[in-house]
Parts: sequence; C-alpha cells; structure tokens
Amino acid sequence: MSLIAHLARMEAVESGRAQPLATVRHRHLSERPLVLVPLTTAGEAGAPLGALVGTGPDEPRLLVVPQPRDRELRFAFLAELAEEVLPYVDGYADAVEPVERKDPATGEKVQVELCLDAPQLIVPSRAGIEYVRLLGRSTRFRRTAEQDPDTPYPAPPRVPLLGRWLTHYGERARVPGSSLLLAATDLLNRHWATGQSSLEDQHLGALLAWIDPYDDEPGAEAAYRAELGRDSRGQLLCPPAGPATDPAFDNRLLAPAIEAYDRARQAVGAAEDGETADAALAALHRAEREVRRLVVSQLKPTWDATWRALGLLRELPEGARVADRWTRDRWSFTGHRDKVAAGEPPQPRRDDAVTAAAKLAAREQAQGRLDAQEALDDPLVLAGRRLAGEAFTGEVVEVTPAWTEARRPAPRPLLTFRTDDRPRLEPGTKVYRSLDGRPQTAEFVAPEEDGALVLRLLDKMGRAKEPAEGTVPEKGERIAWTLFEHDQRTGPKLPAPEDTPWTHGGPPRSADGELPDAVTPEDLL
Amino acid sequence: MTVYDPAVPDPAEAAAKATAEILESTLRSAARGVVVDSPPGAGKSTLVVRAALELAAAGRPLMVVAQTNAQVDDLVLRLAEKEPGLEVGRLHSSDGDPYDKALDALEQVRKSAKAGDLAGLPVVVSTAAKWAHVKNVEPWAHAIVDEAYQMRSDALLAVAGLFERALFVGDPGQLDPFSVVGADQWAGLSYDPSASAVSTLLAHNPELPQHRLPVSWRLPASAAPLVSDAFYPYTPFRSGTGPGDRRLSFGVASDGSAPDRVLDEAAESGWGLLELPARNTPRTDPEAVHAVALLVRRLLDRGGAAVSERAEEPVPLTAGRIAVGTAHRDQAAAVRAALAELGVSGVTVDTANRLQGREYDVTVVLHPLSGRPDATAFHLETGRLCVLASRHRHACVVVCRAGVTDLLDEHPSTEPVQLGVAVKFPDGWEANHAVLSHLSEHRVSWTP
Repeated sequence: MSLIAHLARMEAVESGRAQPLATVRHRHLSERPLVLVPLTTAGEAGAPLGALVGTGPDEPRLLVVPQPRDRELRFAFLAELAEEVLPYVDGYADAVEPVERKDPATGEKVQVELCLDAPQLIVPSRAGIEYVRLLGRSTRFRRTAEQDPDTPYPAPPRVPLLGRWLTHYGERARVPGSSLLLAATDLLNRHWATGQSSLEDQHLGALLAWIDPYDDEPGAEAAYRAELGRDSRGQLLCPPAGPATDPAFDNRLLAPAIEAYDRARQAVGAAEDGETADAALAALHRAEREVRRLVVSQLKPTWDATWRALGLLRELPEGARVADRWTRDRWSFTGHRDKVAAGEPPQPRRDDAVTAAAKLAAREQAQGRLDAQEALDDPLVLAGRRLAGEAFTGEVVEVTPAWTEARRPAPRPLLTFRTDDRPRLEPGTKVYRSLDGRPQTAEFVAPEEDGALVLRLLDKMGRAKEPAEGTVPEKGERIAWTLFEHDQRTGPKLPAPEDTPWTHGGPPRSADGELPDAVTPEDLL
Repeated sequence: MTVYDPAVPDPAEAAAKATAEILESTLRSAARGVVVDSPPGAGKSTLVVRAALELAAAGRPLMVVAQTNAQVDDLVLRLAEKEPGLEVGRLHSSDGDPYDKALDALEQVRKSAKAGDLAGLPVVVSTAAKWAHVKNVEPWAHAIVDEAYQMRSDALLAVAGLFERALFVGDPGQLDPFSVVGADQWAGLSYDPSASAVSTLLAHNPELPQHRLPVSWRLPASAAPLVSDAFYPYTPFRSGTGPGDRRLSFGVASDGSAPDRVLDEAAESGWGLLELPARNTPRTDPEAVHAVALLVRRLLDRGGAAVSERAEEPVPLTAGRIAVGTAHRDQAAAVRAALAELGVSGVTVDTANRLQGREYDVTVVLHPLSGRPDATAFHLETGRLCVLASRHRHACVVVCRAGVTDLLDEHPSTEPVQLGVAVKFPDGWEANHAVLSHLSEHRVSWTP
C-alpha cells in the first residue's frame, strides 16, 4: 500500500468516515449493467443455491434451487440463468462499427467489426468473481442432448454457451483495469479508503458503512454492526454478500426448510389418489415458497447494497482514459463473440505454455498502462506518485534553446524547472509529460544550486531546426512530469503453440477441444 | 552430478574438478541442456567465460543470454580481456546509450541492434529481452544462459527457439523472478510463466545433467559456513580461503562508540549486528538510516585496510569497495541522502535485487524486517536475505531494530501450498532465524 493510502486510512480512522482515494472514476460503468448476486450451498462447491439477476435495481429476477443436491433442479437454475444472461449478452453483439486493423497473420490492413458497446457484469464481491469462474468451469464442457445423444445427463441447450461466456468474463476480470466483470467491493476500495483492515474491506456491508452511512454514525461502529449485528433469532442483520451464506442461517432456517421441501416431494410421489396428490402438491408449493422466501431474505440486502455502490460510483465523473481501456474490453468481447460464432471449442481447461506466457505479458502491460493512466487522469493519484518520488509537478522558470551537435542540428532545449516535490532523479533519468495526450520525453541533466532541476527536452518537436510551435513549454508553465512511461511497450512475439520449444515440453499434445472428465461413482452432484 | 566431497582437501582442486566436469558435459554430453548451480561468488562468471571460449574454440556458434545490460557488457569485457583475438558480437537495443562506452575501444567487438549484422560471429552476447525480439535467423548451435534462476520461464520460452542446446548457469539461492500481476492461476503447471526458467526446464527435462560449483571464492571463511547452512543446507559449499587469510584492520582506533565497536567486531569476526531499540517505524526509519550512514562514514574515517590473497600488501578500504544493501528503493534513496549529508560519495547503495551478482569488501545491510510490524512474504523471501548476506569479501554489518526474533515468531509462514509446486526449503522464516541467531553473537546494542 502506498504512503498516501496509509494516510487516507489514518484520516478515515480519525474522522470516522471513508476518505477519497480518487477524484474521478477509474473504471467504466455501463448504462445498463447486469448485476448478478449468486449464493452457493455450504459444503457443496459448485452447487448454486440461488441468485438475483437483472439490469435494474427494481426488477431483479429471482432464481432459487430448492434442493441444491438435485441435478435436475440445478440444471433448471442454470438454464434460467442462461435465459437471463445470454439475451443480455447477445443484445450487444450486433451493434458494430467498422475498424481498420492489422491482420496479425499477414500484416496487411483489414477491416473488422468492433462492437459499439459491451455487456458488463457486476457481482457484489471478489468471491463472486471467483464464483462466476467456477460456474463457467463447471458448465462449459457440459454436453447437451443435441451435441451428444448418448450423454448420461444432458445439459439444457444454452448452458454450455453460458459457461463459455462466464469463463471469458472470469478470465478477463484478471486483466488489470478491465471492466467487463467487476466486483462492487473492488470498485469501492479503489475509490475510497476506510479505517478498517483490507480483509474487512471485502465485506460490502461494512464498506458501505464507512463510505455511505445512513446517518452520522461513525464508520467503525456502523461497520461493526454490519459485520456482527444479529437479530433476536440470531440471524445477521446484514447478510454476507455471498456466495457463501452465514452458518446460522444455514443451520437454523435453510436446512429445516429444505428438509420440509424434501418431505413434501416424497409425499407427492407417494400420493395414491387425486385428492391426496392435490394436497401434497399444494404442500410442495408452500415448501418451495418458503425456501424462496429464505433465499431472497439473504439476497435482497446484497442486491440493494450493490446498486447503492454503483450509485455512489456514478456520482464520480469518469476518468479521461477510462474510455481507452473500455475499448480494449470491447475488443475482448468482440473477439469472443467471433470465436463463439465461428464454432470454436470451449476454452481449454488449462492454458498451454504459450497462451499462459502471452496472458501474463498482456496483464503486466495492462497493469503498467493502468498505473500510468490513473495517475494522468487524477491529480489525487498523481499526488501519491509524487509522494513516492515517481512524479513531480512545478513550474518552468527558464527555457534555454539548445541543439544537438549533429550535421543537421535538432532542437534539444533546456528547461529550468522548480518543484517542491522530491523525485528520485539521477542524471540521465528519463521523465515524461503529456503533450496533447501524447507523451513527450525529457532527461534530467543536473540540479541547480538553488534546488531547481535542469531538464533537456528530447522529442516531439518536429523535424525542423526550430521546434514546432507549442511543443516546448513556456516560462511560467506548470507541468506534471512522471518518471514512468505513459505508454507500454509491446512485448516480444512468442512462438506459436505448435512451435513450443523443448525447454517447455514441446507442442501441446492435442489442439482439439477437451472432453469433460468421465463421471465416476464418487461424483455425487 | 558433482557431489560435495570433503575427501578433496584443496578448494582449488575441488573447484577445478567441478569445472572440468561441467565443461566435459557441455562440450561432449548428448543432453540438450546442462544446469550449473553456483553459490555466491563461486566463479560463475569465470565459468561462463571459460565455457564460451571453449565452445568458440570448438567452432560452435554461440549465443550468450544474460539478464541485464550491465551483465552483458561485463561479460563482453571479460571475454575480450581473456581472448583478445576472439570476435564478439554485442547485440543491443535501439534506445539511446544502449551499451557501455568501454566496448567502443575494443576492435574485436562488433556492436549492432540487428542480429543479422552479427551473423557468423563466433560469439554473440545480449540480454534475454533483446534476444526475444530476434526472429527469422538460423538457430545457434549452442547457448549459454547466465543468471538462469533469475530468468522467468516466459522469457526462456521467447528465446529457446534460437538455440539447439544450452548451458544454464545461476544461483538458486538468490531472488526468484517475480511478476507485478498475480500468476496463481498457473501455479503448479510445469511451464508456469512466472516461475524461474530452470524450474520449467527441469520439470520438462528431468534427465539433464546438473552440476554444482563447490567453492565460494568471495565469501570469507567466517561467512561461507553460515550462508551455506542457512541458505544451501542440502548443497553445502566451502570458502576458498581459510580463517586468517582475509583480515580487516583500521588505522584509527575505536572511539568507544557503539558504531566503532560493531565495526571492530565485524573486522574481527566477519559479522556485526548494530541493534537499535525495538520500535515500529516507517520503512525509511530515520534512526536506522542514520546509523547505516554513520557506519559507512566511520569505515572510511578510520582508514580501513584489507588483507587478502589477492595482494601482498594491505589494500586501503575505499568507498568503491563498500556497499549498502536495503530491501526497498525508498530506503536506498534515504540512505543515499543521509550519506550525502555526511559528505560520503562513491559508496554503492542499492536494493537486494540490484546487488545480485556484485561483490564488495564490506557491506552494511539494513535488515529487511527492522522496525516492521509484520513479516510479509516479500520481507521474508529467502533470496533477499541471502543476497544481502553474501556480497562481502571481508565483513558484513547488519543494522536492525531489536525484536525481529519475536516478530518472526508472531508471523510463521502462511503462504498457501499450491499443488505441484515444489516447497522451497529453507523458507525465509527458517533462514532468517538462522542468520539472526548467528548475528546475535556479534551484537552491539546502541541507543542513538
């Protein structure tokens, strides 16, 4: 954590209110995001219990699995989820703009489609992102009856496709600065510092208690109540944001209700005449309604909190370079849309060596880009970098024209620059400033006796002997210089997967899509 | 496999035997790769130069992969010094000032930013980052990969297509490569891109011959046993010099202050611990930083002289032979500022990462855990402490706040164990305890 974040946290402790870490919003927020609040069954990884899903705060769709150990019911849940998610995703697939792009294979310029906008998925917490990945992993290899008539437990038609999209979103969420799949807690933590530990910051209710308390109650007290407060029946006042549920809820309320549901189902099966069957069916519906009521009691507070978080973030103006990163998200969405349309197999279970290396390189590049862009977009973030000696702002006090000693001299003007910051500069260190959105480079020459810095401008001044107009700062101009580069260099081209070298095990064995694991007697779910 | 063989009494003989075996493997074995583990100061660079010359002499086109430009320039200079008749190519980046200007004075060194210009030379040297951009060339028959344990698996992936076979040389005890983004997703995969090049190489090619250099020529007899026990418990090494071969003395007697006393202790025993009172401090702890700077100032003021096997006469201890090591860059910056205030210049002050592979007569180390309220994986990393404790030829003085042992006990390693990932032993916790318990015998307490 940076020094400025530490300071903000201490101020938050002192004042009892969260302190801003940013003056603009550093993540893209869609006009119409799809919020998904999932719950999972305790002790059964990958057995969903229910979810609220929808694009508006007032119109959530409730999905509940009254008996999570029942495969049929789970498939019904996934089919319903697919019915919510896939039409939303498809809704963005057709509005496109033509864009010229270099074909990576031939190097020639070709015209391709880029989706104008992309669907955005919001979950309450980081564990929710992990759950999206888990759902994706557990469904994308499922076979439908159409794909394979002999498959023992065919999945509903659109479920494997849902799994591929969830996998894509889960994977994209690992790219720093991407906004296709976001967690509300991550969004809030990026923009505010609370006076609690970063572990507690993963609790959406406690986080909101610091950032947006209902009255003037100090953050620490409100957060304490959000985390631990229980009603007379021993239930949490603020249910966890999931996907895991509170054990007290599981044991005292949910388990009896699910048992009642099981008994009612048995009674329906055992009914021998019409009259008892009708009565049993009515009892079954009552039992199912009770499970739904319980599940929604846990989901609704989180649903509301997630929308509240989005509302708080919408109050911040969007950072200038957020759109650039969102365009990359749109490329990511368009790319996967094309893969699905081309009938490519689902994402493999494990990345091969080349794919893994390429992903890591892309993410490191994205991290560098994100760090630079956030600092350039936001004076408060820049202040953190200044405090760390990685940037400095100040005023040009003198401009001395100078040239290279080549046969065709090029301009290399010297700037005398006064700053109160203490950047980590050594002679020869390169520094960068934004000139109409493009980085201009200078190098540090030496400090003056009075502490001013002498910088030599190196580029973006045109080809003539005299620098082009507006490219050299004038006396009195205030400038923010950074020691980090504004653009990221692209890494080296890696070999194709089929050319994986001997040091990395040679080419992967099969390029075809992988089959799911065979069902074994241990597979209970 | 080279084994630690106490039956060979002479360190020079043991080292020569190991080197001969390595060269034999490299030149004549059928394996595509040979791995050499080298403890600190065991003559890794000498080995690389020798192997390069032998491969060139055998007429095998050779590419050398190093990790930083400084390492590349250093290697080229050594090659030129050892064999002035050998043509060497220095492949460099197209940025400004891409290589050491000293190379310009050497006629036999050809420099270019394009691999094509250097084709046909017996030896071409560059960084892994630059090699990764070389495409569409005839592969080299042989490669030497230097500092292979500090090279990431993905960097090896990008260059491995350029050579037929390779000699991998490195120190497994130094800092592991790292990534600025999470790579847990691939943990346990044999080709985890964030792991070291050697671990990927050996996971896929376990049959490759592995050798070890058994003698540290840098570390004095006072340091080799501790570093070997604490960081290389299963692959022990010894010092090339015996007790008393290296001596450090001062022209000016101690003024009785704690800094002077700890310097005397370090001159006498090779180790010194200047312990400040326990306190939680910011990273750039002003008192500790000042203590480090003061120690350096006194080292210079007291006219240190070093006696070693390298020279007949005692060699004066100059600023260039002293280094200060820290964990963080802001700590290094604070020490530099404090030294400037005391009028000291020319002393190297850097982080463990940047001190890797360097050698000094005396080092002053700001302990990574000094003044911290917690012990994170970063600060506990075995390699960090190993680098800091193994840069010196004569003595190492550690500056630390009291209470680090308690801090360690409160923070046992809690890193998750990943399936398929070899557990590193010793872990940082164990190594830190081993070093601290040794240092406590050379402790001088000081309240500034």
